[in-house]
Amino acid sequence: MSPLRYIENVVTLQLDAEKCIGCGMCSVVCPHGVFAIEDRKARIVERDACIECGACAGNCPVEALTVKAGVGCASAIIHGWLTGGEPNCDCGGSC
Amino acid sequence: MTTNSCCPPQLEEDPGCPPAPEPAACCADLGDDRPGYKLWPFVCAWLDNPAGRVPQVATRLTVADITGRWQMRWGFGRTRYSIAPGLYAIGRASSGSPVLVTANYKMTFDILRRDMHDHDAWLLVLDTRGINVWCAAGKGTFSTEELVRQVQRTRLQERVDHRTLIVPQLGAPGVAAHKVPKACGFKVVYGPVRSSDLPRFLESGQKATPDMRRVNFGFIDRLVLTPVELVSMRSQILWSILALFILGGIGPEIFSLSAAWHRGSAALASGLLGVVTGAVVVPALLPWLPARSFAIKGAIAGLASGFLAAMLFSTALDWINSLALLMAVAAVSSWCAMHFTGSTTFTSPSGVEKEMRQAIPAQAAALLVSGLSWLAGAF
Repeated sequence: MSPLRYIENVVTLQLDAEKCIGCGMCSVVCPHGVFAIEDRKARIVERDACIECGACAGNCPVEALTVKAGVGCASAIIHGWLTGGEPNCDCGGSC
Repeated sequence: MTTNSCCPPQLEEDPGCPPAPEPAACCADLGDDRPGYKLWPFVCAWLDNPAGRVPQVATRLTVADITGRWQMRWGFGRTRYSIAPGLYAIGRASSGSPVLVTANYKMTFDILRRDMHDHDAWLLVLDTRGINVWCAAGKGTFSTEELVRQVQRTRLQERVDHRTLIVPQLGAPGVAAHKVPKACGFKVVYGPVRSSDLPRFLESGQKATPDMRRVNFGFIDRLVLTPVELVSMRSQILWSILALFILGGIGPEIFSLSAAWHRGSAALASGLLGVVTGAVVVPALLPWLPARSFAIKGAIAGLASGFLAAMLFSTALDWINSLALLMAVAAVSSWCAMHFTGSTTFTSPSGVEKEMRQAIPAQAAALLVSGLSWLAGAF
């Protein structure tokens, strides 16, 4: 079965190839195979598989990656709208 | 099996635990059975160490562990299913044994010790307030700071002669691996996504295959998450029941109890059909339903099940009540399916927000059409 895919062309992931040192950490931590390392540089090969978890950006030692990280959860986003704060997955640990 | 009134029951044939000691030794060994403290049943012995004793945990789950897991799956007591953070030992953990970092959600801890059956390892349990690794990493409780704090608090550098922490890959959103060595002298190696791959990962010199690094979300993975979705909606469901029975009584006689009962029950059945379609059928059929948006998947499934219900009760329903049924099931199913995004492993916040902005007005409109047709159908 092909992997489950979500809405296309929405993710905020950005890679600055100038800064990248090709350490490969992003491809280690990514749970959806978004990155490949080619010619000692990271490249985004599966942009639409990105879930914006923020693991790659947080583990990039040279801050070559940016992403508006958060949880892909409707309840969390509604919570954010209602409270005017950040989306918060405050569901008593049920998520 | 030796039993002694002052000793905890020994778990038989558990290679993770030492053989049952002599009764006298056992009682003498209960130095940590202090007034006001209760020993967890999974602690089967204590390992002595100059830096402090460490509880050794069983690698075989008991009936209580398994019923506890079922309670979590059905949403009972989820906010207090945690264990004390700190250091635990599996097997005869020694200075050369690997250190596995995990969360203090008991279900996570249980699965980890079960999967490490027959191995020697240290478990460094972070305080994630009883939340699993991935969610805690997203919330920021499974973090670089907490990792460093537990390394220092447990005096880990005095217990092991290597300087490697194996952190679950799904903890990576909360941990910056390159900042850990400076803070506590240990380096981070990201382990596999699933604890069941840990033995293979350790045996291959701490190397993960691409397969170990991917998150899957199969049929069973999706289905086990549906009960807790239903339970989390219980208060919305109860308030809806009350509203439906009150509105159901409105009719030509202003308010009728028998109409409240009959029309209220019919409306309730439609609503529950929508809930079951959106919160159980959609997750089960997720890859096979058309569209990427969960709200649209839910609406399609809701229209289908609403249509089947309308056909089944075609003799009892006129066109306006059939319309009410169809719109109600579609709207409720779409809403519930949209909320399943939070349980999945492949949705991005940007995508969820986009679909919600489009779907919520449509869901509200469908519900309004349904409600008006239903009320009009009484006259």
